[in-house]
Amino acid sequence: MHTFLLLLIIGTFLCLYRVAMGPTPPDRAVGIDTIGVMVVGICGIFGIITGQDFYLNVAIAWALLSFLGTLALAKYLEGRGFDE
Amino acid sequence: MNSGVTPYILISIGVAFDLVGAIGLIRLPDVYNRLQAATKCVTLGTALILLGVVAASGWSAMGIKALLAAVFVLWTSPTGSHALARGAHIAGVPLWSGSVIDKYKEDTGR
Amino acid sequence: METLKRRLLDMLIIFVLWLLLTWSLDLQGVVAGAILAVLFALVLSRLLPPHVERLFSPVRWFWALMHIISLAFWVVLANFDVMYRVLHPNLPIRPGIVKVKTTLKSDEAKAFLANSITLTPGTLTIDIIDDWLYVHWINVHESLEDTEAITRDIAGRFEVTLRRVFD
Repeated sequence: MHTFLLLLIIGTFLCLYRVAMGPTPPDRAVGIDTIGVMVVGICGIFGIITGQDFYLNVAIAWALLSFLGTLALAKYLEGRGFDE
Repeated sequence: MNSGVTPYILISIGVAFDLVGAIGLIRLPDVYNRLQAATKCVTLGTALILLGVVAASGWSAMGIKALLAAVFVLWTSPTGSHALARGAHIAGVPLWSGSVIDKYKEDTGR
Repeated sequence: METLKRRLLDMLIIFVLWLLLTWSLDLQGVVAGAILAVLFALVLSRLLPPHVERLFSPVRWFWALMHIISLAFWVVLANFDVMYRVLHPNLPIRPGIVKVKTTLKSDEAKAFLANSITLTPGTLTIDIIDDWLYVHWINVHESLEDTEAITRDIAGRFEVTLRRVFD
């Protein structure tokens, strides 16, 4: 299990490279969105390693908040208000 | 916890897809192609990892929560990605120079 | 009467979701869940999806199951497709944005069609304007102007099941 965790963290750092180097703002937004989904998987593996189920609560809340953050970023890129 | 081999298979496939998505995010040339790789691979990869958690913990609090998280990821991730794609197009990010057609620009003019 | 029925149904669904998320039956949690369900159903009724009663139709559930099975097949195929394109040293891509006409009517069906298209090989929905879906395709065919063939390739495989689930 710890190997999987290590591999996922490497994947997260690959996304972080795109966030740091992305030539345009949407590239960075895509990187952030991808990291958000990957962290949900990391929380799941943490849950297996420790055997405690509150990591899955963290996963659900993280998925929700990262989705909202992605929508807010997308609306910001469109240059419109949040009501539409 | 049961100690079968199914969770390991599911989680290793999921982690492999996650890594392919991350590599695609780095290698592909423009934001739309990156979004394709990132969305497809990372969504299915994470869903498979969560299904592995379900297989490992079975009919318990952890299993049910992991199942709900998997459904939620499968539902929201494509939605978020096409919001981002539309935002990028409206913000004026050009397609990669090797692209062959852009009907959206022809029809909406933005 | 009709609206009262709908509110009660909303409350029931939110309450069941709460029970699944907490997965315990101690008194405090259940009472808090019931109170929150009532509050949410009353305050957020405008935001909840219409036609909740369709959740109790077995025929729709059957077609939803069919849709999920075909979607699962295409999603796995899509992942191997991306794997091939990403790991190939020459990056064999030929991207472009094409448009696709859908025959689905309701908004929920269109939203699910857009999500399904995003998860299938090489395609990513960008926007929906009326009946037209704009789709970013990673490997556009030779026949650029043949909208019908493109529609059949991208959207046709899901419309049959989705129409029976939502319309």
